[in-house]
Amino acid sequence: MKTILKRIYIALIILFLYAPIGILIVLSFNESKTRAKWGGFTIKWYIALFQNEEILRALFNTLLIALVSSLIATVIGTVACIAMTGMKRKAKSVIMGITNIPMLNADIVTGISLMLLYISLGIKFGMGTILLSHITFNIPYVILSVMPRMKQLNVSTYEAALDLGSSPLHAFFKVVFPDLLPGILSGFLMAFTMSLDDFIITHFTKGVGVDTLSTKIYTEIKKGIKPEMYALTSLIFVTVLTLLVLINLSPTDKKKAEH
Amino acid sequence: MTSKNKWLSTPYIIWSVIFIIVPLGMILYYGLTDQTGAFTLDNITAIAAAGHAKALRVSLLLSLISTLVCFLLAYPLAMILARVQVKRHNFIILVFILPMWMNFLLRTLAWQTLLEKNGVINHVLSFLHLPALKIINTPAAIILGMVYNFLPFMVLPLYNALSKIDMNVINAAHDLGANNVYTFVRIILPLSIPGIISGITMVFIPALTTFVISSLLGGGKLLLIGDVIEQEFTRTSNWHLGSGLSMVLMIFILVNMVLSAVFDKDGEGSML
Amino acid sequence: MKKHRMTHIRQTAAVLVLLTSAALCGCASDKGVNGQVIVYNWGEYIDPETIRMFEEESGIKVIYDEFETNESMYPKVESGAVAYDIACPSDYMISRMIQNGMLSEIDYDKIPNAKKNIGAQYYEQSRGFDPENKYAVPYCWGTVGILYNKTMVEEPITRWAQLWDEKYADNILMQDSVRDAFMVAEKRNGYSMNTLDAEELEASKNLLISQKPLVQAYVVDQVRDKMIGGEAAIGVIYSGEAIYTQKENPDLVYVIPEEGTNVWIDSWVILKNAPNKENAEKFIDFMCREDIALMNFEYITYSTPNVAARELIEEEDIKNSEIAFPDLSQYDNLETYVYLGEDGDYLYNELWKEVKAY
Repeated sequence: MKTILKRIYIALIILFLYAPIGILIVLSFNESKTRAKWGGFTIKWYIALFQNEEILRALFNTLLIALVSSLIATVIGTVACIAMTGMKRKAKSVIMGITNIPMLNADIVTGISLMLLYISLGIKFGMGTILLSHITFNIPYVILSVMPRMKQLNVSTYEAALDLGSSPLHAFFKVVFPDLLPGILSGFLMAFTMSLDDFIITHFTKGVGVDTLSTKIYTEIKKGIKPEMYALTSLIFVTVLTLLVLINLSPTDKKKAEH
Repeated sequence: MTSKNKWLSTPYIIWSVIFIIVPLGMILYYGLTDQTGAFTLDNITAIAAAGHAKALRVSLLLSLISTLVCFLLAYPLAMILARVQVKRHNFIILVFILPMWMNFLLRTLAWQTLLEKNGVINHVLSFLHLPALKIINTPAAIILGMVYNFLPFMVLPLYNALSKIDMNVINAAHDLGANNVYTFVRIILPLSIPGIISGITMVFIPALTTFVISSLLGGGKLLLIGDVIEQEFTRTSNWHLGSGLSMVLMIFILVNMVLSAVFDKDGEGSML
Repeated sequence: MKKHRMTHIRQTAAVLVLLTSAALCGCASDKGVNGQVIVYNWGEYIDPETIRMFEEESGIKVIYDEFETNESMYPKVESGAVAYDIACPSDYMISRMIQNGMLSEIDYDKIPNAKKNIGAQYYEQSRGFDPENKYAVPYCWGTVGILYNKTMVEEPITRWAQLWDEKYADNILMQDSVRDAFMVAEKRNGYSMNTLDAEELEASKNLLISQKPLVQAYVVDQVRDKMIGGEAAIGVIYSGEAIYTQKENPDLVYVIPEEGTNVWIDSWVILKNAPNKENAEKFIDFMCREDIALMNFEYITYSTPNVAARELIEEEDIKNSEIAFPDLSQYDNLETYVYLGEDGDYLYNELWKEVKAY
């Protein structure tokens, strides 16, 4: 009984999270351009999508920026978390406070202040400035997911490793890192997510002609979202989901069999 | 891993000085000057103006409610998930984050399609001969939108914290005669506090300044503090007032710091 | 296992480096044989084919960038983050850019098509924000009016005042932007929509506050979809969307209210510090060519001021459409927005905040 309740609960939450995605998939097959009316089934938006070089380039830019910025943010953020454990309480809470600033500031405030910063530093606007900005607003999410894991670490195993003669670095990768991994992973994923979605900060810090999916979608809003975007969304979704299921079904089971 | 690792924080400190502190300095400059460049506190005290104060109150209320709803939904979920086999770890995390990879604007517009008077949900309800759902263009729809958008940021840290708790500790408590409620209150809850703090921070703080959700799902009928700041920067190009109001919001970072410090005392002991 | 992981990391790193360098190379734009021109325009506001044709005919590479509102365009251009050659802002934003010395005068000798093909009445209308027609070449124009669903109203809607009719409570969509919202109230009361008179503004504000309980939602771009879907009976909308919405939902009717309205004009301007001024002139001239303007009209579906292009429209009912090409001479209360200065903007914004916070 309890398991059934648990399952129903999880199913409801999943329904809640995935319902809008379902709508987007349905809209991608909608003959009519408006989201307000079903005009019949079509796959023309998928054909149009693959002929639209700009959208594909924007997709490439988006993935590249999200991947690189979240990787760098993950490294910087994780290292900062490790460093913070050695700090005094006060120093630590000051750093945490500063970390929260990019999250609190309205995007437009961050966007414009970073734009002014790049102008005053004489940095040329382009892919590089977008990356710098994305790393900046990604770091807090990494720190906030690694920190709780850090706090739960068991210090004695690490010390035991040191006592047994391993080098601090070796001990770290052997003992601490595996423990932090779930936090690091979810930090990375959140950073990746934030980066994919950002619009305003990218708008103010991008160079001319460099577009991400977000900036493309927002500029389309005046004339109506092009259904190609729904098609792209559906494709991305189905691809990731398939990969996810495949990866999850195969290797772990094999390993289990070996044991 | 003690104080000698402090130097490891150097990259982040340099980074935050250049990309957080310096831009913050610019905001301070704009916030504390007027159009002519003279020093003034007017942009800060402007928060007390009737419209702004109300916008701040409404924003606070909406983000508090959303944070609470997120927490209440996410905690049981994280508890259930934390007991799933470890090898499913990454899969679980991805399942909850995957919807967020679809563009935010498209997802929010999809919610419009779901919630509208002639929307999908109402079609289903009328088919089932149930009364129609009338929440589009109300604050309830804004909260729904916020919860939807921020839920994963609550689920993941809670899940991380809860899955780290040693089952043996819980079993030991049971063996010693503690019932479920007692075990939860005395063991599970305190051990998950670092996760709770992260989750609340990641939901509450960004929720305070969002505004797209309120204009798309709330019908733009409520003025939020994020709206005000955005408008000052774009519509009127009054960067001074916009910056001043943003500075006021920094107070909530301080509040958050203090609260974390108060609730996180136990965390200190288990730290490296 | 560990070794395996390391090679994995190395592979990922290699892929990343490759991707990054590929992207950076992609940014370094290859210039055309005759240089380049950097254009900043609204999203979806040009037929991409016309850009390709221009590049082919002129040998000039077009670097094309898009914005979504006048307001998000302005700080980017003003700050000089990117040195654009051409932008396409709306009327009031152009007058603001003129006042702040951000635009460069148009040399009509270099842009012969602009005088030849664009109707004189549109230059006349532009004088509201560009008094001597020195800076702006009209590109798209339209009116703001009421779109209503004839199955949901009891009588035809002809006046702004009907947006205050309690019959239509919760069935009205208003524009969620300062000037457009105040325009409705000001026109209803017979004021100028560029008024700075304190009493008139106060009255308009109170009018908007009294309307608030009747409004279903304040929206910008969602009027279109919401009206098509039958969410509301009446909406304030830009004429450019009206033809499209009618096509999707034949019950919808567009009217220009009797009290008068806003005639908006988006125009090409050349920026003061344009690095490629000559190419910018060639670009604007090309866009004013009748066949190109026709292509853009068909793509964007917003009214074109290009009279020569209108003559080329084949479908008679579009060519003579009352929505796309209304006879402006039958109204004597049409206006175009003017920039009201920092103080004026501040005043309007404060009042709008009062309405929204009420």
